[in-house]
Amino acid sequence: MVENTERLRRTMMFVPGNNPAMVKDAGIYGADSIMFDLEDAVSLAEKDAARDLIYEALTTVDYGDAELVVRINGLDTPFYENDIQAMVKAKVDVIRLPKTESAEMIQTLETLVIAAEKEFGIEVGTIHLMAAIESAKGVLNAPEIATASERMIGIALSAEDYTTDMKTHRYPDGAELEFARNMVLHAARAAGIAAFDTVFTNMDDPDGFYRETEHIHQLGFDGKSLVNPRQIEMVNKVYEPTQKEIATAKNVITAIAAAKAKGSGVIAMNGQMVDRPVVLRAQRVMNLAKASHLLDEEGNYIEK
Amino acid sequence: MEIKQTALAGTLESSDIQIMLSKGADGIKINLDSDVKKQFGTQITAVITEVLQKFEIENANVKAVDKGALDCVIKARTIAAAQRALGTTDKPAWEVL
Repeated sequence: MVENTERLRRTMMFVPGNNPAMVKDAGIYGADSIMFDLEDAVSLAEKDAARDLIYEALTTVDYGDAELVVRINGLDTPFYENDIQAMVKAKVDVIRLPKTESAEMIQTLETLVIAAEKEFGIEVGTIHLMAAIESAKGVLNAPEIATASERMIGIALSAEDYTTDMKTHRYPDGAELEFARNMVLHAARAAGIAAFDTVFTNMDDPDGFYRETEHIHQLGFDGKSLVNPRQIEMVNKVYEPTQKEIATAKNVITAIAAAKAKGSGVIAMNGQMVDRPVVLRAQRVMNLAKASHLLDEEGNYIEK
Repeated sequence: MEIKQTALAGTLESSDIQIMLSKGADGIKINLDSDVKKQFGTQITAVITEVLQKFEIENANVKAVDKGALDCVIKARTIAAAQRALGTTDKPAWEVL
């Protein structure tokens, strides 16, 4: 359900789970979500140490308003259950399951999360979940994965594994990802949860990064997974509303408030009908404008 | 709890601390190497000792090489080293975290 207070998730920054310098500084870049990685970024011999480090960081370091996510090791690894227990005890906001291929995998995870919540005296339902989709099977099952649990806050496409599974690789134009992007996005929207696009790893190609981000913004993704803090500002710039969009949104919100006061749910503005979808879009523009620091305390546009 | 094997956790990278735990006979002995030993040496050894006490490790030799680690990092690395030394990595002591 889209509310006015809908959480912005433009940027989800990956942080390697066994690197104390990066873990302690992760909060200073202004990412909407921080994703600590216990999976691919950590070698097999250091899985326990990374888990301990992230637990201690989550329970002591102040990460401000950022949503805190931990990517745990997969169901088929010996680290899976201990990762879940540690992260539930740390009361992380969201557990991200890698290589998700079915609703059943999310339900298995949820069962273990419930057990851990009970064991550590945490209210059942506190810990949220999200799934990374990394294979053809996962893409085709995206709708059932997105609705597998009330705890789901989003699904993310992971293109590196996915393109390997599809017997291709990533191309600059992203044509190989079109179907997967649209499946993940539609599954997320139908379930009322967030959709995250995959990472863009070539830091020497800012034009390519902007091109891809503008494309996924146009499709309707909430945001993008990122590997470098420098990309945060770039994504935010793409998601930033224009002065004209903000002015229109403000007019819509003012007009609908006036209409409601008169007992009407629909109005005409500049000859166009303003109904619920238009109002929701206007509210989203205002949220983005606030997050982009384009409004003062009274909601007026700040000239740059 | 008795230390079963010598164990190492952490790295020598900036903001980290490397902890080596081995069998001891005479209480907890900590040998600390740190650029900020003068200012924070007492605090660092206190954090390490507290974690070892929670594991009920009474005798241990600790070699710690600090590269500017925060308390939470010192704690995490000591926990990892202790569980490796005790052979309990697969069944972590959740009450110690």
